[in-house]
Amino acid sequence: MSAIEPTRQDAQASLDKIHTRTLPQRLWSWRYIVLRRLSQLGILLMFFGTAHWGWQIAQDVPLLTGNLSASKFAGILPMADPFAVLQIFLTGHVLQTEVLLGAGTVFAFYLILGGRVYCAWVCPVNMVTDLANWLRMRLDVRPIFHITRNVRYLMLAAALVLSVVSGVAAFEWVSPIGMMHREIIFGLGLGFIALLAIFLFDLLILKNGWCGHLCPLGAFWSVIGHHTAQLRVRFDASTCTHCGECARVCPEPQVLNLKKIAEVGYVYSGECSNCGRCSPLCPEGSLAFDLRPLIRKHNERSARVTP
Amino acid sequence: MAMAEKTVTRREFLLQVAQGTAVAATGAMLWLYMLRQEARAHPFALRPPGALPEPDFLAACIKCGKCVNDCPYDTLKLAPAGGNLPIGTPFFTPRDIPCYLCPDIPCMKACPTGALSPELNNINDSRMGLAVIDIENCLSWRGLRCEICHRECPLKGKAITLETHPRPISKHAMFYPMVHSDACTGCGICEKACPTEEPAIRVFPHKMVQGKIGEHYRLGWTFETEITQDFKPSAPSAAGSAPAKAPKKAPGMDYLNEGGL
Repeated sequence: MSAIEPTRQDAQASLDKIHTRTLPQRLWSWRYIVLRRLSQLGILLMFFGTAHWGWQIAQDVPLLTGNLSASKFAGILPMADPFAVLQIFLTGHVLQTEVLLGAGTVFAFYLILGGRVYCAWVCPVNMVTDLANWLRMRLDVRPIFHITRNVRYLMLAAALVLSVVSGVAAFEWVSPIGMMHREIIFGLGLGFIALLAIFLFDLLILKNGWCGHLCPLGAFWSVIGHHTAQLRVRFDASTCTHCGECARVCPEPQVLNLKKIAEVGYVYSGECSNCGRCSPLCPEGSLAFDLRPLIRKHNERSARVTP
Repeated sequence: MAMAEKTVTRREFLLQVAQGTAVAATGAMLWLYMLRQEARAHPFALRPPGALPEPDFLAACIKCGKCVNDCPYDTLKLAPAGGNLPIGTPFFTPRDIPCYLCPDIPCMKACPTGALSPELNNINDSRMGLAVIDIENCLSWRGLRCEICHRECPLKGKAITLETHPRPISKHAMFYPMVHSDACTGCGICEKACPTEEPAIRVFPHKMVQGKIGEHYRLGWTFETEITQDFKPSAPSAAGSAPAKAPKKAPGMDYLNEGGL
């Protein structure tokens, strides 16, 4: 870690670097957004194609049946939403092996990769809230009020308690995420009204309101990925000029507390969704995806090169 | 001074706790209200074969739609948001597409949670609903020779039978289709086939149409009723061969039917 604190001039120089980027550089900096949209839409398309056009991976082996609540890939790999399964379990219902296996598979996947990778790379609602957020920045909408982002953990607890009390999976029955993927895959209903509500809420009422403050599924994945995620954003404190652009574009800016992440060496919070907004934007290359076991070594090497 | 500050802080703290609790409780009650409204939405939903009893089914169904994917006839649909059926659960509308009773029951096999019970081995044992005939509008009951429901029924002769009755002013008999709940699967093929403008035979969930006698009624003329075993007059091969067993004491017996008077 450098002993010299970065100056205001350093930060301004960094900002200038961003503003003088050429078009190819700018296009390249959108790479993760493009990849995320491909991932989100590709998954929906596989579900849709299997349901409506009979897409198969081989004779009589459907490609991807079901939806994000529970599915089966290529007729062998069961997948299920562990949060939905947990809620059903809490209603007192004995579940079948297939859905437990599926939930275990998905759980293990995100446990290793980082729970909220789901939020940024899979969840279809992310496309709606990203659009709202982009428009909000464009229109320069002023905040009305602030609430703590920890409300989502309250929502998570409420979803679990209400599943016990009501005898049905509490979040699954009102989930706009469920409504969105179900209605895209299985036919339209009034779920788009819930999505419109989220869009307007995020656009005009509370910045990152749904994904960043309320969604219990996001809270669930935040908890899951917190200690075990292996794919994280490495923070190289020795090159950072504190220009603050990363926190401006981050949908969860509290995870970019530069003092704390400089100590740890990477963005450690489970609330980071690995969306990849900060990393291509950073003019100094101080933030980059890396594998957790290698991060310490990479940071030490970088500190030696830049005194 | 420090004391006073501390007191105010405590009061504020308690108030904040109360406010937080109030917000949480209000939110939770609203949420619970939505769940209750949704779960009791519509009692007419016909579920896929093997579905657990409705409350268990609603708890166990993960709303993945794999049963819908695997239904070869596009019978099953997922209830959309804002409709009058519990959100995201599979159902079918027989007048549009009935259940064609696949012997391999692919929908049930696709279910990952067991909301469609894997204990259903024979599709003919499924009880999705019960067909009910509106005898005022049934062509056969009005005297025409229709009987399409009987002919189309996959369990013809068991689930739907025909009863002949003479009619007063013509030598031609009436053919009354009758539904039998012990064999009707509720597949709805009859409802689909019924030629009347609005179907005169329709499938409903059992709860909507079936009554229950209650255990205290004794049907004295049936062989199954214990109380009348000893004076059953024409029980086949019972006469003389074995000594009459003392009838078991049935619930609801008193001096009126025990001969105490």
